[in-house]
Amino acid sequence: MVEDMINANELREKYLRDGMLPTIFCNGCGHGNSLDYVFWAIEELGIDMDDVALASGIGCSSRIPGYVSADGLHTTHGRAIAFATGIKAANPDLHVIVFTGDGDATGIGGNHFIHAARRNIDMTVILLNNFIYGMTGGQLAPTAPKGSIATTAPYGNIEHAFNISELTQALGAAYVARWPVFYPYQPIKSIKDALSTPGFGLVELMSPCPTAYGRRNKLGKIDALWTWYEDNTMLMEDYDRIMDYGTEEEIAAAKNKIKIGVFQHQERSGFFGEYDKMTTRLMEQDDAKWGV
Amino acid sequence: MKREVRICGFGGQGVILAGFIWGKAACVFGDLNAVQSQSYGPEARGGAARSEVLISDEKIGYPRPTGVDLYVAMAQEAFNTYRDDLHENTVIIIDPDLVPNHDIGRPIYKVRVQKIAEDLGNKIVTNIAMVGAMAGIDDLLDPESVKKAVVDSVPKRFIDLNVNAFERGLEAGKNARPE
Amino acid sequence: MKYERDPVRIRKVLGEKVQFIQGDMAVAYGGLLSGVSFFGGYPITPASEVAEGMARLLPRVGGCFIQMEDEIASIAAVIGAAWGGAKAMTATSGPGFSLMMENYGYAIMTETPCVIANVQRTGPSTGQPTLGAQGDMMQVRWGTHGDMEAIAYAPSTVQECLDMTIDSFNLSEKYRHPVCLMTDGEVGHLREKVVIPEEEEMPLIERVEATTDKETFLPFAESPTTGSKVPDFPTFGSGYRTYVTGLTHNDKGFPKTDKQPDHERLVMRIITKITDDREEMTDVEEIELEDAEVAFVTYGASARPAESAVAMARAKGIKAGMLRMKLCWPFPRHIVNKVSKQVDKIIVPEMNLGQMYHPIVEYSDPGCEIVLAPKIGGEMHLPQELLEMLEVS
Repeated sequence: MVEDMINANELREKYLRDGMLPTIFCNGCGHGNSLDYVFWAIEELGIDMDDVALASGIGCSSRIPGYVSADGLHTTHGRAIAFATGIKAANPDLHVIVFTGDGDATGIGGNHFIHAARRNIDMTVILLNNFIYGMTGGQLAPTAPKGSIATTAPYGNIEHAFNISELTQALGAAYVARWPVFYPYQPIKSIKDALSTPGFGLVELMSPCPTAYGRRNKLGKIDALWTWYEDNTMLMEDYDRIMDYGTEEEIAAAKNKIKIGVFQHQERSGFFGEYDKMTTRLMEQDDAKWGV
Repeated sequence: MKREVRICGFGGQGVILAGFIWGKAACVFGDLNAVQSQSYGPEARGGAARSEVLISDEKIGYPRPTGVDLYVAMAQEAFNTYRDDLHENTVIIIDPDLVPNHDIGRPIYKVRVQKIAEDLGNKIVTNIAMVGAMAGIDDLLDPESVKKAVVDSVPKRFIDLNVNAFERGLEAGKNARPE
Repeated sequence: MKYERDPVRIRKVLGEKVQFIQGDMAVAYGGLLSGVSFFGGYPITPASEVAEGMARLLPRVGGCFIQMEDEIASIAAVIGAAWGGAKAMTATSGPGFSLMMENYGYAIMTETPCVIANVQRTGPSTGQPTLGAQGDMMQVRWGTHGDMEAIAYAPSTVQECLDMTIDSFNLSEKYRHPVCLMTDGEVGHLREKVVIPEEEEMPLIERVEATTDKETFLPFAESPTTGSKVPDFPTFGSGYRTYVTGLTHNDKGFPKTDKQPDHERLVMRIITKITDDREEMTDVEEIELEDAEVAFVTYGASARPAESAVAMARAKGIKAGMLRMKLCWPFPRHIVNKVSKQVDKIIVPEMNLGQMYHPIVEYSDPGCEIVLAPKIGGEMHLPQELLEMLEVS
């Protein structure tokens, strides 16, 4: 089927809106790569963009729907997931994808995120985690590593970072994965799996922000954050093996690494599947009662 | 032709349902207008509760009582609390077992509705027996309409029990004299 | 499953044609009859009964009820559902309404049809949760940031809670605008008779769906099909690939945030699509106004003791009347002005310290005396106290 393969330029031609380039993204930003991965996933699944609805909140990541040739709701800060819940409720046939950032999803929108995951609402959340509020110029994000510098944490962050994937796993979401954007293949696979699994899917992509995060944290060169991800992440299979069987030195070296990989993948009906069962049962009961 | 009615008791006794039935009898099973309002104490059970119903053959503007014409009490605390706005012609109905201290120097209809309910084997229908008593004492509503409202408002499997309570209450109400 | 409005099923689920129900439940009934297929809400006294009614009824007609995590999420989901093609609503009270303000503005800016029932109580803050008040008549008009017009009904009876929910949906669909049903804890918790209207007694207005060429369609410009200032609606999933943003945007929907004329043009269209029709949508009740020398101008629960006071005054030979604003926003300035030219004195009973009083003063003839009759604390005015105000006139 090689002749059917689409190349990257054709892919962008197909999925981007006309006349919207250039994007607002800086050199070295990972959001463009992330969007590419979403396009590949949609292409490989053969989803028609007329059946896709995007939602986003506020922040750099939330500008993404503007560049995509699909219905898109660019909403208020932190609330995209709640808006997306309504879209899906009104039209369950749509693939609902939320683009959100770490500040949007875990800061101001944390509660909406938590409850959508808990309810297992049928949607795919692409969470672009860059450790910082980029659009507003580098303020502290809930995901910022301890000790990192932000304009509102000028002496170093003293808070603990939000581990959003593990939280989502604990909430029982259908699908949870975390990948740095420098992995080209795994994110595409995860986005495909999230899109085709009923219920709530989170794909957390660690996406570098050289401008607002990197420069303040001695990681301003475009490849510096990629190297940092390489040094500070560990595949969860390796991590778990070291924790179970590793030497003390290995455990000490691994324990502060950020786990990456697929945290959860479970096949069961999502919220709207359950809701459908309920309405069908009630309407059948009524019909029987009324002798329809 | 109008009637301002207050039914009071303690929370959980069903005074809201009693008011609801009275209003429904007037406007759904009769052709009068009715407005019912209610207030509870902070607790859902216990504490004084009241339900107020205005009935009129004209459009009802202000929906709360401005002078109670029919005052029904099923608990001592409520009887003591909600009595400020009675006028000289207010008809008063109580259950003397539930409101033992009721001597306020004016005639009162005394109907032992809790006793009726207990005789039927379930104290829960005390409020419905009281609705019956009200229908027996106040002639504004047709007792048949009130009975229909009772049937319409209680769980299906308890219709017989409630209708019995209503009818015994009605009978007791008809025979009651202010004393 | 995708919702389809089934008027027969809806009426069967609602039950008897004549019922004795609370105002809040009547709001739920009105929503069901309008064809609501999504309700997102959060419990709050004295509005919870609307959500409880919807939770019980909506699944039985194939609609979706979700108890959201808060009021912000409730209105967000409602707006999302509207873009997904649903008639959608929420219900709340003062504190929740305050939380909704940002997304209320979003619905206005994105021209999203939806209905917010506000069973008003008082404040500031948590105030008196179980008691009624008219605390949000100005918040509905000015509560979100920026320039806008509001559409808001104020029912006085339980039947109106039902009827005006349907009216709210109709204006919402017609103008692509969030419409607020400003009921209150008093009317919301009263029980009265309601008659469920037959299908032919309640004409429904549906949004004009986009049907023109997908390449050239402008989702935020005058309608190419009706010529109205209200754009046609490109429901998500219908192939228009619309971009919707709360940022100032061009006709296509894309952000255009830095030029003064772009913003003014957009906001003025969103406002004037409503204000151009102010007289057409006016909905007032005039009681004993023909020969009145003194009149109440009021709305919602306050109109009830006022109407009683008018009747009492007439019995005493006082030429009193009443103008009841069923639709409070857009403000019926032409009617109020007309009344102010006829009567010597207007009395404004409100369950607040003066909210609708202000536009009444603004649009009344300077020769007419305007007197506020405020009442706060969770009780309605007594007819007697309002009568006394008529008597000294």
